[in-house]
Amino acid sequence: MSKKSKRAKKRYDGRKPDELRPLRIESGVLPNADGSAYIEMGRNKIIVGVFGPREMHPKRLSKPNMATLRCRYHMAPFSVDPRRSPAPSRRDNEISMVMRYALEPAVFLERYPRSVIDVYAEILEADGGTRTACINAASVALVDAGIPMRDLVASCAAGKMDGQLVLDLGDYEDKEGEADVPLAYMPKSEQVTLLQMDGILSQEDFNGCIDMAIEGCKQVYEVQREALKKKYGLEEGEAN
Amino acid sequence: MSSNVGIASRLKRNKITEVVASGKRMDGRDLLDYRNIQIKTGVLEKAEGSAEAYLGNTRVLVGIKFGIGFPFEDTPDKGVLMTNAEFTPIAHPTFEPGPPDERSIELARVVDRGLRSAEILDLKKLCLVNGKKVLMVYVDIYVLSYDGNLIDCSAMAAIAALKTAKMPVYTVKDETVTLTKKTKAVKLNKEPLAVSIVKIGDSLLVDPSADEEEVMDARITVSLDEKGNVCTIQKTGSVGFTREELRNVVQIAAEKVEELRKNI
Repeated sequence: MSKKSKRAKKRYDGRKPDELRPLRIESGVLPNADGSAYIEMGRNKIIVGVFGPREMHPKRLSKPNMATLRCRYHMAPFSVDPRRSPAPSRRDNEISMVMRYALEPAVFLERYPRSVIDVYAEILEADGGTRTACINAASVALVDAGIPMRDLVASCAAGKMDGQLVLDLGDYEDKEGEADVPLAYMPKSEQVTLLQMDGILSQEDFNGCIDMAIEGCKQVYEVQREALKKKYGLEEGEAN
Repeated sequence: MSSNVGIASRLKRNKITEVVASGKRMDGRDLLDYRNIQIKTGVLEKAEGSAEAYLGNTRVLVGIKFGIGFPFEDTPDKGVLMTNAEFTPIAHPTFEPGPPDERSIELARVVDRGLRSAEILDLKKLCLVNGKKVLMVYVDIYVLSYDGNLIDCSAMAAIAALKTAKMPVYTVKDETVTLTKKTKAVKLNKEPLAVSIVKIGDSLLVDPSADEEEVMDARITVSLDEKGNVCTIQKTGSVGFTREELRNVVQIAAEKVEELRKNI
């Protein structure tokens, strides 16, 4: 494919530029967790378990006025090619941190002083955009755990591939494309809670990516709501 | 770091928020003013490149070292550029010795991504023996004094150090690599610099001090090359930004980066 592109050409997997990958979310998949969710976003397969609010160990890390949200992003050794070490890498640590920042604004942490809410994300198979998929599953799992939330956090990336702005990049586009902008969004308050970028973009394209990713998040949001409604057997319009 | 806000810093937070809301800072600066910037290069002899950057009371030393190593499996024909950050316990009372924590990992990774995204080095030229031996470029960020805004300070120091580094020259014969006495300058394709913008209440400000970072709601770091292209973005902190605020952030960063560039 040439870099000089006509508008709206097909992507390597046949999607339209502003089309998400197939997305499926199921909530309440782990019997032992307080809340859980399974997500398939393209070929990403991720399970998130939420535990808590529960007592914080070690105690000195607890906060007197609010709960602590603790996130752990972890990739299974077989989730990528070649196999990776199961020990947490610098990348994993950073993603755990940005996940926490993306989710915290949505959770009423002040309701549970001194306690901890653990969010464990296990990536079983990775296909680009794992951090956005983790956030999507984590906010569903938090709701499933009965933790009061201001809103669901929906997340997806936009980026640039072969001169064209595209939504929800897969692994290939992530690696070969010009740029990748993962973003998370709370539709009710219109707040962007995760924003990162890699690659090279003009300021105009960057703003375009933000707009495109926000629209993508709104579509993800609907799938998240459906997953929760299905679990709790609610009819359309009841879960507001 | 807003998650660590306790009782004492709630008072601090109220005061800083109040002053910032009136368009001023605790140290008398305007919201979009940087502190005094000073950069010295060639401060070390044993490192092939070095620079020390001062941003008010923040002080960062960057050393560049070269070495020979194995390429990554997926890029057998490319050299390796590695960025690491160390928070020394002398830099601040809250910095403790031990394995790198979240903050130093973030610093290293955001600076690293800024350099990497802009493709500042032609990594293919650093390949010595395809798949076996490549040149490694280590960028080590050493925080000597912390008073906020480490990312901007470190990015400036890293670029200044790389720009003045002397790269060893090797000769390759039948897969045997020999070090010559010659050195050459490092060719940088681009010079990306970072501008961090902090949100406190409804205000946006640049170059936060340690106190301002302690009470901030959120921060976005934007790294831009000399053409004004965005190379890296990183948001931290537990508060969101609206679309309009994001537009504003990129604009402020694009203006401020030109000011930083004059110091390099």
